[in-house]
Amino acid sequence: RAGAVFGLGRAATADEIAAWNIDVRPDGEGLPEGRGTVMQGEGIYTERCAACHGDFGEGIGRWPVLAGGHDTLKADRPEKTIGSYWPYLSTVYDYVNRAMPFGDARGLESDELYALTAYLLFLNDVVTDEDFELSKENFATVKLPNEANFFEDDRLSEPHYADRTHPCMTDCRPGLPTITMHAAVLDVTPESEEGNGGID
Amino acid sequence: MAKSDDPARKSTRRSFLKAGLGGGAALAAAGVSGGARAAGDPLITEVQDWNRYSGDGVDSRPYGRPSDFESQVVRRNVAWLTADPISSVNFTPLHELDGIITPNGLCFERHHSGIAEIAPQDHRIMVHGLVDTPLVFTMADLMRFPRENRIYFLECAANSGMEWRGAQLNGCQFTHGMLHCVMYTGVRLRHLLEEAGLKANGTWLLAEGADASGMARSIPMEKALDDCLVAFRQNGEALRPEQGYPVRLVVPGWEGNMWVKWLRRLEVGDQPWELREETSKYTDLMANGKARRHTFAMDVKSVITSPSPQAPLMHERGRTVVTGLAWSGHGTIERVDVTIDGGRNWHTARLDGPSLPMALHRFYFDFDWDGSELFLQSRAIDERGLVQPTKDALRAVRGENSIYHNNGIQTWHVGKDGTVENVEIS
Repeated sequence: RAGAVFGLGRAATADEIAAWNIDVRPDGEGLPEGRGTVMQGEGIYTERCAACHGDFGEGIGRWPVLAGGHDTLKADRPEKTIGSYWPYLSTVYDYVNRAMPFGDARGLESDELYALTAYLLFLNDVVTDEDFELSKENFATVKLPNEANFFEDDRLSEPHYADRTHPCMTDCRPGLPTITMHAAVLDVTPESEEGNGGID
Repeated sequence: MAKSDDPARKSTRRSFLKAGLGGGAALAAAGVSGGARAAGDPLITEVQDWNRYSGDGVDSRPYGRPSDFESQVVRRNVAWLTADPISSVNFTPLHELDGIITPNGLCFERHHSGIAEIAPQDHRIMVHGLVDTPLVFTMADLMRFPRENRIYFLECAANSGMEWRGAQLNGCQFTHGMLHCVMYTGVRLRHLLEEAGLKANGTWLLAEGADASGMARSIPMEKALDDCLVAFRQNGEALRPEQGYPVRLVVPGWEGNMWVKWLRRLEVGDQPWELREETSKYTDLMANGKARRHTFAMDVKSVITSPSPQAPLMHERGRTVVTGLAWSGHGTIERVDVTIDGGRNWHTARLDGPSLPMALHRFYFDFDWDGSELFLQSRAIDERGLVQPTKDALRAVRGENSIYHNNGIQTWHVGKDGTVENVEIS
């Protein structure tokens, strides 16, 4: 081995790798065998998910909204859901598997994960047939609506970065400053109930 | 008397400010008219308790804490930002700190499923995927690789994210405090990868944590092999649990989300995985409905930490110290300019302390305050010549819904009474 200069560590076993290697890529690499329908997913969702995410993925309180928000990405207050924003279905399977339900993760079987993913497609109107079955075999054929709307980082081409000249130092603006917005007027620091848009 | 139970210590900084100004004026007047006096400051003329009675011995504080008089210097949470405190964030009290090193107990926290508590002997790091030999390392193995010490800032991608729509939170702890800077001790990530033997088509690396969120990000292999560290110490001691004990990834200059804590798995692949934290989150929505992805670097940025809303000017006109922090994910800071008149005129500040790439830089601007209101801003320029933009310049290109990567210039309004407010100006 080219880089094995320290002789540290030991070989990982196949079972060890299988136990931890859970990630799923957009091309479907990493998906396990399994299958599940929208109807099966509804039952699991109602039992394990709806208390936080709502019966229809609408979100309870400040918990994440999973469905809806179509055509809101240019709106003043976008609603970024699986259906309106997420580019890849693989992320849904992967994330539910690795991190959900919140506070009790890694307990769902692969068939349950396929069923839940199918139900989330149904809640988002990506599939409309309650008998739709999602499986390892047909997974990569399902596309989410917003896949095409992501692009690679191009920040350094923005005008303020492209201009590398040193900025003005003296008499840069006429007149006196005028305050256009006060944080104290909003008065949300730090123990208020709500503010003008959070970060989650 | 004069301990932390003194009612005056519990009053607000605002009333403390008023009392301080009044008392100072009275003393000054007495000093001018009094000449040689029998009376004086009782803190001088009367023997104080600490000058008379013995204090605690050396066995009373095996792991020392700050003075009780510094009890306000703590991380703070903003409850409404997130659904609950388990997947949430708190803020470093930047307004109370100086220099460039953040004390370990004050480094802001950002967890997605709380703090994983892992015994180091139970921790494993696996390297697999497009490698010749998949490997497992224990912490004891990790400690036998050659070590390096590096000082880097870690900034959350969402730092200042609540300010995209305008001035909202009143204090640099809240507007800029998802930020810390410590010295990491660790080993080069490339040592672990090369120990397993990288295959030629291994162009991306997945780094994953052991916590219940399974935090995971895709990192270009070029960056992984360049300057990333697998770190087990911060500021000389073991990582704090909330910072990933026993081991975390260090990704210099890049958004904090990628600095995977409780690091347990490194998978080599030939394309990004596009997991939740690089699709649903940590992508930057533009005004036209499209979104940037893979916005890794944290751009050139600065903020005046004092005076600031939580650190008002508590003295009268005259000599005044303006201080703050500047940083860039693209290298060192070349220069920081400060204005006191809202950008009409700028003065080049004095950088003091180490100037290290992708680390915090401390700046000072010393001037004579004439007692009039001030509109304070700082503007950083990094070694690549990138100039910190205004918030308006950022919004003109990106709109108001990016959430992440707000490095716009911050304005503090200082009133004639010394109070300070987060404002936007034109």
